[in-house]
Amino acid sequence: MRGKKQNVRLWAVIFWLVVWQAAAMALHAAYPHGALLLPSPVSSLARLWTLAGTAVFWRAIGTSSMHILGGFLLSCALAVVLAALSARFSRVEELLAPLVAAVKTVPVASFIILALIWLSSRTLPLFIAALMVFPPVYLNVLEGVRCTDASLLEMARVFRVPFSRTLRGIYLPQVLPYFRSAISTALGLCWKAGTAAEVIALSGGSIGEKLYHAKIYFETADLFAWTAAIVLISALFERLFLYFVDSMAERWGA
Amino acid sequence: MMELRVEGLCKSYDGKTVLDNVSFTAGVGVTRLLGPSGIGKTTLLRVLLGLEVPDRGRIEGNALRWAAVFQENRLLDGLDAEGNLRFALGAAYDASLAQSLLCELGLGDAGKKKARDYSGGMQRRLALARALLAPSDALALDEPFTGLDAENREAALRAILRAAETKIVLLSTHEELSLPCRSIEL
Repeated sequence: MRGKKQNVRLWAVIFWLVVWQAAAMALHAAYPHGALLLPSPVSSLARLWTLAGTAVFWRAIGTSSMHILGGFLLSCALAVVLAALSARFSRVEELLAPLVAAVKTVPVASFIILALIWLSSRTLPLFIAALMVFPPVYLNVLEGVRCTDASLLEMARVFRVPFSRTLRGIYLPQVLPYFRSAISTALGLCWKAGTAAEVIALSGGSIGEKLYHAKIYFETADLFAWTAAIVLISALFERLFLYFVDSMAERWGA
Repeated sequence: MMELRVEGLCKSYDGKTVLDNVSFTAGVGVTRLLGPSGIGKTTLLRVLLGLEVPDRGRIEGNALRWAAVFQENRLLDGLDAEGNLRFALGAAYDASLAQSLLCELGLGDAGKKKARDYSGGMQRRLALARALLAPSDALALDEPFTGLDAENREAALRAILRAAETKIVLLSTHEELSLPCRSIEL
């Protein structure tokens, strides 16, 4: 089981980096403080390299990863359990439908500001990340359970296969492709929303706080460097989780 | 003495009668279900397996442990032969017994190949092996010879007849077979 290969070509990435570099050089030549408006990719990379040599950088990465992955894992667990219950009891699905629709449609900024009233700046990013992950994981897993091959379930029933083995042999291999697709979407979403929550809540020691400071002090190169760090770490976690899910799928015959 | 007694079984779908007052008794051995396609042989087997609820009628022998070859193979595509057998049999899986039957059915060299990579005939034989190896009192075999060549059909028939020495075997097939069995015309 593998996801559809993303159509990002190296030549296209290089093209846009060259455009970025050219734009930065043009701004730098036209204005004395052009580098503040748009730092070049080279200076952003150099800044990222410098930051990566500091303990503060890694503490911020660790803090934000804990916020966001904590929210992601908690939400995944809850979404899977509730999707299983919804597939079994239609009342549960009916009960959750308005909440899921609300989370999908209400702007994340509204949730962040609202939750800021109730939660501390440390728990807010975790809550927001969890909130963003819930709808795609819940809806995809529910769809996966619904699409489980009924004829295989009949076979398991006739052969008196216990539920634990049916779960592992039939449900999990059939639901995993749906779960994989969901976490691929959800991980990107929760890093975006979680970091936005950190910026608004000024969550101490987080990447969001560093982004906020970079904005306040016009450290545009820092802004780009931290953004690059978020993109890299988000991609890294996505790869790790997908690798984990693919390994499980291979093991369980999906 | 194990016995399956069916009395006055009726089943209809959307007002169309599929089983109309079916009655028979089957003991240990092969009982062949006869009748043209669409007469209700598969429905009868599904009712006996507990997968359909009859509209009327009585089945004595509900305590029988069934195993089945369904009309479709119903294998776990991502697993090999051993994985499929282990899934259905659980703790009752006996590696040497399974290997011996797989060899007899011409699947001895399938190795770790996944069921999705099997030919139609190989899948059918694996489905049959699963039913024959499962701990059961009765077998419901719905067209178990589909897609098998003459040699494999003979091997499958031999294995079924051996199972029929101790089990109730209900066999639905369109194949011309000469075997000692009772027949029920639907």
